[in-house]
Amino acid sequence: MKNKLDRSIIIQEALKELPSSSRRLFLKRTLTLGGLSLLSGCTVTDEESAERMLMKISRFNDDVQAWLFDPNKLAPTYPESMITKPFPFNAYYGRDKIPEVDGDEYLLEISGLVADKHSWSLAELYQLPQTDQVTRHICVEGWSAIGKWGGVTFSTFLKHIGADLSAKYVGFKCADYYYTSIDMPTALHAQTLLTFTYDGKTLPPEYGYPMKLRMPTKLGFKNPKHIVAIFVTNTYPGGYWEDKGYNWFSGS
Amino acid sequence: MKPVHQTIHPFWLRLNHWVNLIALIIMVLSGWRIYNASPIFAFSFPKQITLGGWLGGALLWHFAAMWLLFCNGLMYLFLNIVSGRFKARFFPIRPRDLINDFLSALKGKLTHDTLTEYNAVQKLAYLFVITDVILLVLSGLVVWKPVQFPLLRELMGDYDNARIVHFFAMVALLAFTSIHLTMVALVPKTLIMMIRGR
Repeated sequence: MKNKLDRSIIIQEALKELPSSSRRLFLKRTLTLGGLSLLSGCTVTDEESAERMLMKISRFNDDVQAWLFDPNKLAPTYPESMITKPFPFNAYYGRDKIPEVDGDEYLLEISGLVADKHSWSLAELYQLPQTDQVTRHICVEGWSAIGKWGGVTFSTFLKHIGADLSAKYVGFKCADYYYTSIDMPTALHAQTLLTFTYDGKTLPPEYGYPMKLRMPTKLGFKNPKHIVAIFVTNTYPGGYWEDKGYNWFSGS
Repeated sequence: MKPVHQTIHPFWLRLNHWVNLIALIIMVLSGWRIYNASPIFAFSFPKQITLGGWLGGALLWHFAAMWLLFCNGLMYLFLNIVSGRFKARFFPIRPRDLINDFLSALKGKLTHDTLTEYNAVQKLAYLFVITDVILLVLSGLVVWKPVQFPLLRELMGDYDNARIVHFFAMVALLAFTSIHLTMVALVPKTLIMMIRGR
């Protein structure tokens, strides 16, 4: 996995070097030999329109998944004996780039369609009612691992800050410059937790200190770590991987 | 003897067949690239023969072609069943015919003169691949949506197992395809028939 990780870092670094106009063409690489031969003869005649078509279908798949999503359906929970040890570290960077967040100085920024926009210290967040659950984390790559996360039910937090619960999106910005966003129904799901602990201990840096949004109803990359800002909005905020072509909804 | 110009494969069936081929090629080639992102076994598929370029691209292809496979498959099952073709073509399959036809096939003596009728081995092979594609779709649904399809998830033995089922259903599809292509190569007029209908 280390090797794979390195490779993806190299790709990320390389992408950063590119001017944004050529970065738009990331999907050029999705058309290999096979892709081109398949498309010849179809109405899709060039790579750009193939890319547009695929992205359009991906947006359609967002809608289908939102429709399929049942807010009352719970992800399976597992006994603690089934926790994967060690739980894998995974990010778009290597271990040496894990951000160091100073818990004493830390403040969680709140913005957008919320009544109470005051920033939260960790001490304040720890005062909220805490719960934990053992669930399966499924990576977009296909592997899965079972872990135990503890924190406050996210819907409790959203209600606490007077968020507009009819808004479309909740967005997240992270200390490692990662960013992502989720749909409101998933944000309000009973198993969506704003977590501060892993396996009963303070969330370690590699798993997202000081907090990770844990959703067993979404793929791993939708679960942001090292969150520093949360905002509620009706404007599509996208995400780090989502902007590169991963499906936005990515629900389980 | 029936007139030669009689249509054996109706137009809708031929259309279903070729659309299915395109959908499955996209699904399998992009599926290999997705597999490579986190291989279940100690091997990967050569990147050059996969579709999508990277995981994100492969997923886009996979989740686009799934609609083609799914809608085309539903159409095939629907038209096949309501037209009565399904029952007429695939049933009955008698175990004795199966053994006899299988043995004569091994001896290379299985005749293919009556193209209007499938022999018992053919019936079984086609029913097998229909079932296999259904299994691919169902196990794929669990890999895609393990939370939303709890019953299917339990049937497949949870998420990780559904991936393995999905993989081996793909292997079974390839096994069928290689035999299918061999048979077509041995009896080329069946290919013409799947294009012209007769």
